[in-house]
Amino acid sequence: MKRKHVLAAVLAIGSAVLIGCATYTAPTREETLQVVNSSFRERGIAKLDRLKQSDMQVACSEASLTGQELPKDVAARLEKQALATVKYPADGAYLGDFKQGERIAQTGVGLQWSDNDKTVAGGNCYACHELASQELAFGNIGPSLKGYGRLRGNSKEVVTYTWGKLWNSHAYNACSQMPRYGDANILTTAQLKDLMALLLDPNSPVNK
Amino acid sequence: MKGINRALLAGAALALSCTASLAQKDTADAIARYRQLLQDGNPAELVVARGEALWKEKRGPKKASLEQCDLGLGAGVVKGAYAQLPRHFADTDKVMDYESRVVHCMVTLQGLDHATATKNPFSGTGQRQTDIEALVAYVVEQSRGVPVKISQAHPQEKASFDRGKQLFYMRAGPYDFSCASCHGVTGQRIRLQDLPNIANVKEDAERAFTTWPAYRVSQGTLRSMQWRLNDCFRQARWPEPVFGSPATVDLITFLGVKANGAKMDSPSIKR
Repeated sequence: MKRKHVLAAVLAIGSAVLIGCATYTAPTREETLQVVNSSFRERGIAKLDRLKQSDMQVACSEASLTGQELPKDVAARLEKQALATVKYPADGAYLGDFKQGERIAQTGVGLQWSDNDKTVAGGNCYACHELASQELAFGNIGPSLKGYGRLRGNSKEVVTYTWGKLWNSHAYNACSQMPRYGDANILTTAQLKDLMALLLDPNSPVNK
Repeated sequence: MKGINRALLAGAALALSCTASLAQKDTADAIARYRQLLQDGNPAELVVARGEALWKEKRGPKKASLEQCDLGLGAGVVKGAYAQLPRHFADTDKVMDYESRVVHCMVTLQGLDHATATKNPFSGTGQRQTDIEALVAYVVEQSRGVPVKISQAHPQEKASFDRGKQLFYMRAGPYDFSCASCHGVTGQRIRLQDLPNIANVKEDAERAFTTWPAYRVSQGTLRSMQWRLNDCFRQARWPEPVFGSPATVDLITFLGVKANGAKMDSPSIKR
């Protein structure tokens, strides 16, 4: 009798182990999101609503995780949605002051919990792009923008495309890595005009 | 320090006289030289000594030391313990990294209150190291040269890795950044800072895991792995990860498993 009990116990443990191994399934997206949501807290201006993902963020995260490109129709839909967010300057004036633009391109603060709602955010363009040739400390996550206006001119098409790219980069590339400077309220319209001048004004250091 | 600044300036001046790409290489070389010079004296040694004293001191309501803390290799075993964390612990039925585990020991062995123990885990620039940072320095030093060996045997350890991977690619916040925005492609830089391709290049993951915690010269303080994640999320414009929270442990598991086999070389010294 005792032996039978032992045998039964061994069998039970053995099958539990087997079931344990065989039934491991990777956590679902929802399960992971639950863990993530319980693991962060708001601090200063960085509130918990930042964890709530947009359609674009969900689709592009999944594409990045799986290493698959977005299906063409999904990419087209996201780009169309992004393009619809772009607000072009009401006064039709696109170019501000390139000297201010250079300052904005150099500045990396804004929207961190170490900032506050009075912090004037920068664009931090040099973190990822080469721009003016005298600035050597530039990153390479984005393409070089040296000579941007000199190489492209400033036709209406170039000007409106550049504005749209700064406002919401996903309008032209569904899973662009560039922040949505206008759409996400990172920079003001006036600041965006200054960056436009940095890129397109013939006297800007970017075009010298 | 002055000599180093002069070397950097000389590098930068030389850089300006050449073409941009050559110049940039010179600047990068000057920074590499600066990093080399730093290796001679690592102030982390002082933090290690303070951490050891703290580990052995009888503290808290229970007037106990941390010497009976079980870091996964049995109560009281510190040697090599850091190199096998995070891991699943039967007593809490959780996967824990070193930092959440040492807090667990402060609570269970010393009787400290969890909220108090984790209130200020990171020192400010130029401030005295926190207790947790000192305890990090002492314990990680006892794993120097020990190969990283992070288990994936327990289902919860596997789940931790898989969640960490999903979180690594999760884009969120006003800047739409994920960890992979900066750490998923080879050869990328922010300004002149090279970014490890943690997701895809084993050597990059190994270097990241085995050289943190580190003494940060620019901040005059020792920084832990939890701090490293915390400051990444700050710059990625996310909310703040709770110290020792499951998501932070999951990311450390994801990184650590990729570094398995590499030898710990921490506390290191960084710019």
